[in-house]
Amino acid sequence: MSRRAVAPLGARLVRSPRVLFGGLVCLLLVAAALLAPWLAPMDPLEQDLLSPFEPPAWSGAAAPPSPDDAPRHWLGTDNLGRDVLSRLIYGARTALIVAVTAALLAALAGSTLGALAGYAGGRADTVIGRLVDVWMSFPPVLLAIVLVSVIGTGLVSVIVAIAIVDWTRFCRVVRAETRAQRALDYVTSARMLGLSAPRILLTEVLPNVTPLLITLLTLEMGIAIVVEAMLSFVGLSVASGASTWGGMLGEGRLYVNQAPWLMVLPMAAMMLAVLGLNALGDGLRRELDPVVRR
Amino acid sequence: MARLRHAWHVALTLLGVSVVVFVLMRVVPGDPVAMMIPPGAGPEDIARLRAFYGLDRSIPAQYGVWLLHAVQGELGTSIAFKRDVLELIGQHLPATLELGFTALVLAVLAGGSAGVVSAAMHGRWISSLTDGAAAVVQAVPDFLWGLVFILLFGVVWIWLPISGRLDPLLDFHPVTGFVFFESLLRGRLDVTASVFSHSVAPALALALPVAAMIARVLKASMQEALAADYVLLARLKGLSATRVLLVEALPNAVTPTLQLTGVQFAFLLGGTVLIERLFSYPGIGSLSISAVVARDLPLIQGVVLTFAVLFIAINLVVEALTVALNPRLRSRQR
Repeated sequence: MSRRAVAPLGARLVRSPRVLFGGLVCLLLVAAALLAPWLAPMDPLEQDLLSPFEPPAWSGAAAPPSPDDAPRHWLGTDNLGRDVLSRLIYGARTALIVAVTAALLAALAGSTLGALAGYAGGRADTVIGRLVDVWMSFPPVLLAIVLVSVIGTGLVSVIVAIAIVDWTRFCRVVRAETRAQRALDYVTSARMLGLSAPRILLTEVLPNVTPLLITLLTLEMGIAIVVEAMLSFVGLSVASGASTWGGMLGEGRLYVNQAPWLMVLPMAAMMLAVLGLNALGDGLRRELDPVVRR
Repeated sequence: MARLRHAWHVALTLLGVSVVVFVLMRVVPGDPVAMMIPPGAGPEDIARLRAFYGLDRSIPAQYGVWLLHAVQGELGTSIAFKRDVLELIGQHLPATLELGFTALVLAVLAGGSAGVVSAAMHGRWISSLTDGAAAVVQAVPDFLWGLVFILLFGVVWIWLPISGRLDPLLDFHPVTGFVFFESLLRGRLDVTASVFSHSVAPALALALPVAAMIARVLKASMQEALAADYVLLARLKGLSATRVLLVEALPNAVTPTLQLTGVQFAFLLGGTVLIERLFSYPGIGSLSISAVVARDLPLIQGVVLTFAVLFIAINLVVEALTVALNPRLRSRQR
């Protein structure tokens, strides 16, 4: 890509409202995750059994006046008196770790198999295609839940389970795209020059599949955040001591009538993350792709 | 020939599914029989159980025995419920199917009308509004919509139940699991209403993302149809705008949407796993979670197989429907 083509792209990206909104949300997520110890007003696990269910600061019902102007709970407290804001900030850590690693793992596995199937064709294509068919016969969420229950709970298992379930998303798209690119003249000329298949895939096909991959990656990150929350919600994710948005939702569901903010806040955080990642992927696809595919 | 290859393809997929389930169940640390034995069983009982499940043989032979049992519907006994797995599934599946179909109907109605309106009003504010709403609605998964409805109907407007399938105070003893249809046929409309109101919130959660997808795809193909010559001809003949839209354009634009809806229906049913749990709805989704939480291996295996067979069946029906609706596909070999 020439330098002249790069500059307008940067300018276009900054002007795209989708990319701006998505980028801002991602920035927020990354900042919360990286700076959690400095941003969080309190220890997310510190219980204060004397002040449970304290409502958020904005609600009219003022918190019981604390004598020595103790640290204020801006977003209220949960059933154990833990600070909701701090738990949300630390929850962003889990969410981001799962989102990035699970999406990258799924992308790596799925695109490798997809590129192989699309480029080699023939038997490899048939076998990989059948494998995808078998995988798509299971409800993804159920498969993830069963996998985690089989390989054990914990952050690593959750990430591995999401990648094992979702590689097919990348595989199908990359296979189709690789097949389409393989039929184009530039790949034919690269083959006639005697370049090896891996080299053609990496240096010729991959750059052309990249816009699509980036879009899929951002979408998958959103999916991974929700799936982790689902697993925490049924009690299969990270140990219950850690702060996760899904775990907060699961606990909040129990007190929904008494303290609705315990469910509203983690839900809003997830909603924002998912919408932001979607907008970013959508915006990047529109700007990076010369021909916007519908 | 094409049909034969198709049947072979389905058989292969089913076989693959069975291998995956078998492997999953064997990876689990621990002895599967140890989880099945009733308390107080002697060593000879264990040996008999082991022989019954073929666990005293080689792994491929074990798979053969397991497959033979599975094909005959012998999926073992649930550890947590102490009942036959197939019976348990048969009892819970109708509730899920009714919920799934309710959601499908909602999705088709909402998504279909949004798509048609947006195509007809293209370029005006109402069209941009529907398109924007569809993009947002589609981005948010069913689980989050479920949470939204729990808050909405559980806290803000308390006029829809958010838990269970039927008002427990109603005196109704269904013979089948299809309580909605049974009560309708038996004339117990109070029960029908109760079942319906209980399914609205979970069904909406399942339906919304699918509805958004339907709206977007239908709009695109409607716009294509509206630009075609026969629509111009119909307009020149002086047919009313509504007639042109619904009688001329819609039938020609509907096939891609139908195909998408079928595929999405399978995913929608998969979504019941957590939505049912969220709304304490007693279907096979709730049953799956209970099975996983209790590490009830025979039941887990049963529900996973049931969902897989259901998915494959839905895809078959969708393919048959697509071919039936599009004559051009009939003669073409894949």
